[in-house]
Amino acid sequence: MAVKLMQGNEACAEGAIAAGCRFFAGYPITPATGIAEALARRLPQVGGKFIQMEDEIASIAAVIGASVGGAKAMTATSGPGFSLMQENIGYAAMAEIPCVIVDVQRGGPSTGLPTAPSQGDVMQSRWGTHGDHPIIVLSPSSVAETFHLTVQAFNFSEKYRTPVILLMDEVIAHMREKVELPSAEMIEVTERISTDVPAEWYFPYDEAASDVPPMVSFGEGYRYHITGLMHDRAGFPTLRLDEINPWLTRVFRKIERGLGEIIMVEEEWTKGARTVVVAYGCTVRSARHAVRMAQGKRYKVGLVKLLTLWPFAEEVIEQVARTARRIIVPELNRGQLALEVERVAGRNKVRRVNRADGEMLTPQQILAAIEEK
Amino acid sequence: MKREEQKVYDYLRHKKKFPNMWCAGCGIGIVMHAIIRAVDRLGLDKDEVAMISGIGCTGRMPVYVDFNTMHTTHGRALAFATGLKMVRPEMKVIVVMGDGDALAIGGNHFIHAARRNIGLTAIVVNNSVYGMTGGQYSPTTPIGGLTTTAPYGNIEQPFPICDLARAAGAAFVARSTVYHAIELDRLIGQAIEKKGFSVVEAVSYCHTTYGRLNKLGTPVDMMRYLKENSVKVRDPAERRSKEQEGKIVRGVFVDRDIPEYTELYDQVIERAQAA
Repeated sequence: MAVKLMQGNEACAEGAIAAGCRFFAGYPITPATGIAEALARRLPQVGGKFIQMEDEIASIAAVIGASVGGAKAMTATSGPGFSLMQENIGYAAMAEIPCVIVDVQRGGPSTGLPTAPSQGDVMQSRWGTHGDHPIIVLSPSSVAETFHLTVQAFNFSEKYRTPVILLMDEVIAHMREKVELPSAEMIEVTERISTDVPAEWYFPYDEAASDVPPMVSFGEGYRYHITGLMHDRAGFPTLRLDEINPWLTRVFRKIERGLGEIIMVEEEWTKGARTVVVAYGCTVRSARHAVRMAQGKRYKVGLVKLLTLWPFAEEVIEQVARTARRIIVPELNRGQLALEVERVAGRNKVRRVNRADGEMLTPQQILAAIEEK
Repeated sequence: MKREEQKVYDYLRHKKKFPNMWCAGCGIGIVMHAIIRAVDRLGLDKDEVAMISGIGCTGRMPVYVDFNTMHTTHGRALAFATGLKMVRPEMKVIVVMGDGDALAIGGNHFIHAARRNIGLTAIVVNNSVYGMTGGQYSPTTPIGGLTTTAPYGNIEQPFPICDLARAAGAAFVARSTVYHAIELDRLIGQAIEKKGFSVVEAVSYCHTTYGRLNKLGTPVDMMRYLKENSVKVRDPAERRSKEQEGKIVRGVFVDRDIPEYTELYDQVIERAQAA
């Protein structure tokens, strides 16, 4: 174990290397550039490859191409670039190509507030690409968590053959904190499921064996077809309803069956709490401070930290809503994840605390909501 | 004859995916066959060949050939192929695109793949129109041409694909037509063998949309046009001669030895690991 002082962006890059990432394609953008800079230096040291593409669309495309070639692959961007990547994120979901997309959120819309924090991409990370598709979105609230969640993003991506989005924010990306980096053997790394069946028996989208069919890389003797069109089990385009519907059901089912491990939540002081604050990303830090201040004033307050934003932690919120009288959702946006909390807990129970002007929510702002009658 | 047919069957997913979806008389099948003849003549292992495409009529080609095939998003085939080539530099990666796919929505990727000189073979089937969506003007539609989105005649200059590829830095640039099928497969073979970014413009036609709107006749008439209105050059320097004016010039325009991207990146890895 090594103790280091590092930025969130650096921790993300180191987490990627530790997870086995060996390809990165990206385009410079504040506040995510640090990830590209770190990996431009680090990847060739471990025999991996880095490329700066001509734009974000090309970056995510190259990442998917590299993943098809067998490399664990990642890109990193911020709001404007994340918008550009959406079509190909849908391609990765449709073709079931593992890849990790880091979005370091900044103020938006448009060029917005490039150097200011935001949590404005919560809904875009879920529904940014067109069409129904499953997605996994993780959000770290500290530099150390960024390292671990980057590893986890790769593990989920490879295990479930799906794009995974790591939703960071400017605060976590640029903040320096002490991190205890685990040694390589302490890190659990998941590899994609492959197969050695004879080529003529290989179907890249066959649901017979598993909801996550084995994926073989190009160049290994299995000459198959990949497309963004709706496809049959061999990967060829189809218009048959008896092939489209099973595909749709399976890609949602593969994530649903993994919810137990995919949904990561940490509860602090929630037992018997009358008021519970539900937070994620950098906002967790202000929220925890506010909860402690409120406890000092003898309020029964707890905190739910969501590490996984999508799929949404419905059961946890349901559980909390059974005992808590009030749920407070602080966010650096005009209320995005609050919509989900309201859906599950009911609108009457939920109080939103929002700020979208590029400044952090202060503990006092959240405390005021806790104290509000 | 029989033996030749068998050979083609080795490279086609003929039992699964035929008949193909192209209009009868289309030139894209001729380009596909030329690619197959080139791959066969070079003696490449099918497992080592990838064909990547974008969207459009040409984008459908990978379905029919028995390589590692990938049908990507509109305009982005070269970017997907760049990622694949970087992690599998030993593979021969052939990227097939239409003119709209390669030069409009994908124009940025086209010039940057050329600038990087990454070892991809880009084959642009130029039928000067968006065929699959029903005949809208493309970046290679001639001035004055009628399309569904230029009902009063196209007013935009066409891109000279080969000049663009040369200026952007490609290592190999050539052009032929779907009438000159044998010449086409020779050029494609040279392009695949070339270390670096290579471009072959295969001039074709779309009788279903552009031909119909501009009263250019049957596929046979349009094929005859390619035969009678093209001229071959042996030396790229003689390109601008009078005889070539207004004609489709066929031949090799660029063939230069410049460092290939994935090989340069291997040197980056060496430098990083030595430090």
